[in-house]
Amino acid sequence: MPVSVSAEVFDWGKKVKHIRNFSIIAHIDHGKSTLSDRLIQATGIVPDREFMDQILDTMDIERERGITIKSNTICLPYKAKDGKTYSLNLIDTPGHVDFTYEVSRALASCEGAFLLIDASQGVEAQTLANLYLALEHNLEIIPVINKIDLPSADVEWVKTQLKEDLGLDPQTAICTSAKEGIGIQEVLESAVKLLPAPKGDPEAPLQALIFDSHYDAYRGTVVHTRIFQGRLQAGDTIMFMSNKAVYKVEEVGVFQIRRVPRNELTAGEVGYVIAGIKTVSDTRCGDTVTIKNKSCAAPLPGFKEAKPVVFSSIYPVAADDYQELTEAIEKLKLNDAALIYEKDSSAALGFGFRCGFLGLLHLEVVQERLEREYDLSLIITAPSVRYELLLFDGATVMIDNPALYPDPTLIKAAKEPFIRATIITPDRYMGAIMKLCMDRRGVNSNYQYLTSNRLEMKFELPLAEVVYDFYDKLKSITQGYGSFDYEILEYRETDLVKVDILINGEKVDALSQLIHRDRATERARLACERLKEEIPRQMFKIAIQGAIGAKIISRETISPFRKDVTAKCYGGDISRKRKLLEKQKKGKKRMKMVGQVMIPQAAFLSVLKTED
Amino acid sequence: MPTKEPSPACQGETEVPGGIYVHIPFCMRKCPYCDFYSITDLELLPVYLNALHAEIRLTAAENNFPCDTLYLGGGTPSLLGPEALQRLIQEIRCRHPLPENAEITLEVNPGSMSPETLKAFRQAGINRLSIGVQSFSDARLQFLGRIHSAEQAHATIQAARAAGFDNLGLDLIYGLPDQTAGDWAEDLEQATAYGPEHLSCYILSYEPGLPLTRKLHSRLFTPLPNEAVAALFEQTIAFLSTKGYEHYEISNFAAQTGLRSRHNQKYWTFAPYLGLGPSAHSHQDGRRRWNHRSLSRYLSDLAAGRLPLETEEILSHQQQILEAVFLGLRQSRGIDLGWFDKKFKMNFQEVFAETIQRLHQEGFLQVTAGHCRLTTTGKLVLDGIVDLFVAGL
Ligand SMILES: Nc1nc2c(ncn2[C@@H]2O[C@H](COP(=O)(O)OP(=O)(O)OP(=O)(O)O)[C@@H](O)[C@H]2O)c(=O)[nH]1
Ligand code: SF4
Ligand SMILES: [Mg+2]
Repeated sequence: MPVSVSAEVFDWGKKVKHIRNFSIIAHIDHGKSTLSDRLIQATGIVPDREFMDQILDTMDIERERGITIKSNTICLPYKAKDGKTYSLNLIDTPGHVDFTYEVSRALASCEGAFLLIDASQGVEAQTLANLYLALEHNLEIIPVINKIDLPSADVEWVKTQLKEDLGLDPQTAICTSAKEGIGIQEVLESAVKLLPAPKGDPEAPLQALIFDSHYDAYRGTVVHTRIFQGRLQAGDTIMFMSNKAVYKVEEVGVFQIRRVPRNELTAGEVGYVIAGIKTVSDTRCGDTVTIKNKSCAAPLPGFKEAKPVVFSSIYPVAADDYQELTEAIEKLKLNDAALIYEKDSSAALGFGFRCGFLGLLHLEVVQERLEREYDLSLIITAPSVRYELLLFDGATVMIDNPALYPDPTLIKAAKEPFIRATIITPDRYMGAIMKLCMDRRGVNSNYQYLTSNRLEMKFELPLAEVVYDFYDKLKSITQGYGSFDYEILEYRETDLVKVDILINGEKVDALSQLIHRDRATERARLACERLKEEIPRQMFKIAIQGAIGAKIISRETISPFRKDVTAKCYGGDISRKRKLLEKQKKGKKRMKMVGQVMIPQAAFLSVLKTED
Repeated sequence: MPTKEPSPACQGETEVPGGIYVHIPFCMRKCPYCDFYSITDLELLPVYLNALHAEIRLTAAENNFPCDTLYLGGGTPSLLGPEALQRLIQEIRCRHPLPENAEITLEVNPGSMSPETLKAFRQAGINRLSIGVQSFSDARLQFLGRIHSAEQAHATIQAARAAGFDNLGLDLIYGLPDQTAGDWAEDLEQATAYGPEHLSCYILSYEPGLPLTRKLHSRLFTPLPNEAVAALFEQTIAFLSTKGYEHYEISNFAAQTGLRSRHNQKYWTFAPYLGLGPSAHSHQDGRRRWNHRSLSRYLSDLAAGRLPLETEEILSHQQQILEAVFLGLRQSRGIDLGWFDKKFKMNFQEVFAETIQRLHQEGFLQVTAGHCRLTTTGKLVLDGIVDLFVAGL
């Protein structure tokens, strides 16, 4: 086994005392990844020339959108003021509400957390939500007031919020500017001094938590783990406790941007395990790894299942790609534990998967990752929440897939999930937010002032209205200052209808949507308009209709083109023309034929787009 | 002249005679809409002819199918003097025997030769002329960047008749910016006034990378809207049918069935043909090959005693079907279903049932007397229709 021994040689016996496992948590954009950058640089494990901003945000989508989507672990060797070298396992977490599941799993491998607060924004919705998560895990929390370099920074004001909103001791807060590198040493020192070292007996039977994983084309599944007790090294025969799958360990190590092999991982450490795991479904996030012949008494509690709130179906554009999609989605699931899926099929689109997501951004990320990382071209159906239908025969069914919507005459009543939204905002946006929430069928609003000009507003809203484009809307009307969090309440009675889209009289099942009756006409109109824009003119007239049952509620027509003919075709033109046709045919694999109409992928996607 | 419909060449059946195409890649000036391969350095003509003779000799052994047409195209083959032309035809006839009544066509461009030369061409054995008139309007000729005037076009046609050519084809282009139905009617009137045996009427197309296309993209002019082009297409068919012309292919019209371009039909019916000269394409039994486009490569290969071949492709079953569909639908006779089903061992009407039904319903297509053919509105959207068939393959 090639083992590159890191520059840090630990005294293995005292090792655990010199480990600190902590996450950086905060509301979105408060500077977690930037602070991580500074900590990484301070410990010098990445040469300057290889450094880039938000170095832990490695995925293309993360870099493009400037947000963190995945929690990311890095092991930092740090020589503290006490002269000893510590191993700091830092986990940078995402701030967006759709990725809370990433945060909660990261916290399960930590003893402490730095809670970042943007000095100019103050406490926001995810600041609170993530703090509660950390408290649930009994973590030691160190508040950090970041972005103190900003002219609008107001440290004293944030300290008041720390005390009054969060119940934390403002005395312990560290002031930083991640951007300018202020306060970085203090963060490192306080990790060493204030956070507890992990507990756990290295001599006990192995008990290691799988908190994440990813698939490597050459090495199989790479398991991300926190060792709670025992030790693990190459050659060990391990067992996954949930399914008794057995593998021989090929390599263990830690993450330092790259994977860095180590001789062993011992109790308290965070790292990875490679064991030639080619059966993708064997690895389950939350499972416990132990040694086959010396297994621990019981598995660790694992994680609560992610509870999807938005559902949508994913189909390959080319029906032949279904098998590839199947493999891709399994592999993606390794790295996205919040993704839930099951097989689905559609008359228009063939085989695919019905998936559950934690929100609309999560949906988008899954789609993009499948397309980019697995080179697939996909069609996503309109997102839906899960409805409860009471039938006349007394049965209750839960429906999130319009394709499974029963005959409306059988339905006695329908219920939809409601949420309580918490919005924290400067008070000048109060009117606009009120209007937004009322437009979205919000009820029972109330508000309270947190400080003299900051409000906490609460509304009860149908979840369906929130998944649509609520968050984007809120961001734009509050110019980025409004923050939002929600909790699920109960199901409430609603007036639900199914809107179908017909193309030349043929129903396109993948475009059907379940929706409140008051919204139906508008949504159908929008869908028809969008389709009209995206479906290229063809030689036939194309009628696009929106309908509830047999009733047409919106309509658009694409007039046919009249001329599409190559005038000349002699000897030299034939091969060229044929090749063009062959190429187009390939391109058309990316289109779907419905009633002799070619519908491009973009048309399906356009229906999902929110109003611009 | 035989008046029977030519039937598509069938493997294994009685062999349909093939054709020979010779590409003369020289022009006095390059027209900005043209994507044929030609150059304007006429000094290379003699060197080229030498090479061409070598190619004729080299291919003699390889091409063993009988031919009954010879087509000298370009470029501007009328730039060849009568002597050179005579020698060329002689060489071809000697290496690739042609029957007495072979159709021998020469493309001529007004402004590229004198009436005497035309007479000499007739003497040299040319029995059919295809004259690149394009338009009888000076303004439109200018837009097209042609070297000739309307007057020269008239003069050439008259001189051709005077030289004894009784099989004349005129090429016209329409669908130019701002062209009205009236403008086009005038061109058609003037052309038909000469009673040409054949007319090719092409819609102006803007192929990628050409100077006229670049001008279009730089918005230096506004193209004629598709609706208007479509109307001109219909007008062409209606007008020429009142004059007794048969519309036998998208852009081609014949005074009688027997006066169709025998050579060009070979391209649409899978007949074998041998292409000589740079960029020329050959076909035999589902095998296509073509020569290098660049003259220098052509010359150097032949100088080295090699055939100047760029590529050869053997068509798969699927590819042959695809070609049969798009070539068949170009012709007014349509796809001969008996022939198709036998050749490809499949039932056309079953395989494409849904597509046929839809296209029929829209008035684009008919299946009658064992042929699947397009209506006039169908012809206008031929490419879209072919797409539908291809998608169903
Ligand atoms: N002025 C200033 N800007 C900062 C500071 N720290 C971070 N930023 C900026 O704030 C923005 C967000 O920073 P990130 O580090 O990506 O924030 P994050 O908390 O990781 O965001 P998510 O991962 O999306 O939740 C970037 O434009 C940073 O450059 C700081 O101390 N001062
Ligand atoms: S004369 Fe004919 S071949 Fe020559 S450039 Fe013009 S259009 Fe092309
Ligand atoms: Mg981040």
